[in-house]
Amino acid sequence: MAGGLGRARGRGRFTPYLLVLPSGLWLLAFFAIPMVLMVSLSLQTGNLVDGFRQTFHWQNYTDGLSTYGDKFGRSLWYGLLATVACIVLAYPAAYWIAFRGGRHKSTYLFMLLLPYFVSFVLRTVSWKLVLTDNGPVLGPLRNHGVLPSGFHVLDTGFAVVSGLTYNFLPFMVLPIYVALERIDPRLVEAAHDLYASRVQAFARVVLPLSLPGVFAGVIMTFVPVSADYVNAEVLGGPRNTMIGNVIQSEYFDNSAYPVASALSFVLMAILLLGIFAYARALGTQDVLEAAGR
Amino acid sequence: MTTLTTDPAPAPPADPAPAVRRRRRPAVLHVYTLLLIAWLILPIAIMILFGFNDTHSKQNFRWEGFTLRWYVHLFDKSDLTTALVNSLTIALLSTLITTVIGTLAGLALGRHRFRGKGVTNLVLFMAISCPEIVMGASLLSMFVTFNLPRGYLTILVAHVMFSIAFVAVTVRARVVGLDPAVEEAAQDLGAGPWTRFRLVTLPMIMPGVVAGALLSFVLSIDDFVITNFTSGATVTFPLWIYGSTRTGTPPQVNVMGTLIFAVGVVIAVVSARRSLRASR
Repeated sequence: MAGGLGRARGRGRFTPYLLVLPSGLWLLAFFAIPMVLMVSLSLQTGNLVDGFRQTFHWQNYTDGLSTYGDKFGRSLWYGLLATVACIVLAYPAAYWIAFRGGRHKSTYLFMLLLPYFVSFVLRTVSWKLVLTDNGPVLGPLRNHGVLPSGFHVLDTGFAVVSGLTYNFLPFMVLPIYVALERIDPRLVEAAHDLYASRVQAFARVVLPLSLPGVFAGVIMTFVPVSADYVNAEVLGGPRNTMIGNVIQSEYFDNSAYPVASALSFVLMAILLLGIFAYARALGTQDVLEAAGR
Repeated sequence: MTTLTTDPAPAPPADPAPAVRRRRRPAVLHVYTLLLIAWLILPIAIMILFGFNDTHSKQNFRWEGFTLRWYVHLFDKSDLTTALVNSLTIALLSTLITTVIGTLAGLALGRHRFRGKGVTNLVLFMAISCPEIVMGASLLSMFVTFNLPRGYLTILVAHVMFSIAFVAVTVRARVVGLDPAVEEAAQDLGAGPWTRFRLVTLPMIMPGVVAGALLSFVLSIDDFVITNFTSGATVTFPLWIYGSTRTGTPPQVNVMGTLIFAVGVVIAVVSARRSLRASR
């Protein structure tokens, strides 16, 4: 079946290569080669004025890690917090929509995805407005004494994590919903027929079947959340910066390209290794399959 | 996305006896779901509302009365308008290029067996899961190494790069589900490869192609991080907003955001209605 049509004639042999060629070349030129160049740049020394030389010194890595190790730690910590918050917030809603949404399933899901019709940066700016001390939400609450006058959210780590959670929640809702939706309700019925309590039926039937969705959701949120710098910049103020902010300012403010490249490479290595380790731990045979859903 | 709109709900497990107990828990979750939706919509509602705010300060966060003046003076800030136009044209061009070459790759991956298929799939997976900042940083490293000037063209090239994988994967999913017998029938009836593609294959994979095109348009117009690293002096809509956060975002941004939001929602609702009707 695969290639059956093409193989009927000899010249069809090259068809798949011709089809893949444009995309392949584009990704080679603007994805693969830049990665190699970034690694090469990370092993150079010098400065913008005198130029950079390939020295293969690991100093950029050791310096970068010792200077910004805490920023790496904070990025992974915020990433973890936001990802867990996304799971905790998304799961019950996805569950309710999948099993009890009835005729309006798609409407509820659509409502959860509405933020995606607003640009990511604008969404973050609007969330900042919500968290602003005298803004349209916290201002009235404060004036009416619901919140103490010293109450303050903006420029804290909580503000950053809440923004990350807000921005990436739908990425978690969708895969969990898809996994739950696939579960045959008769399986739950069968569990009840076999005298499983509601909790048991959930813990032994529904939850295990929905874990692949949670897994896909974690991959789709943890990586972009940990590498994000927009939320930290807009919501976190100067004291809650993440590694993304450092990379950004090393490139643009300091023109310290080698160090910035080294930090980017380490960030990618940590996140990709994290994904594979996580996949192993969960016993998912095929990461591609799990992520491609 | 089509799966979200088609199938009607499977009937909830019929179990009349403990109905009273049954109904309480879902009610809690129902309220919870509505609260979650309210939370997600709150910032958007505020964005829309403050596009009507009759503000006179640079910081647009205190309600000062209703006005339509920002809608009338929507294009007063010429650099903001330029940024919006850049975003729209880049998104259109990038979608055009990406849809064509991404669809071809999706066809090859969904239908053919060839050497290097595994590597291609791996590269696509990497391109989807790689943190944006790393893609941006590596492109910038390349532009710096070769001393290439950054601007409109480099943004376009980058947007095509990060969208290809999404289109290819979307089309591949559609191609895998096709029955090869239909095309074989066309071949038996004497259709050449091009006719076969145009009249049989393309119409069948069209939903996947359209979904991929929409996805790449949204990814492009929304992108901040990679654009930030490849833009040089060229400014797009998200970059302009980001730059304005320190001094105060003007209400025109809210209005533009509101209009883009409205157009997006209308397109989504219309296409969902259509696919719902088609599935009946």
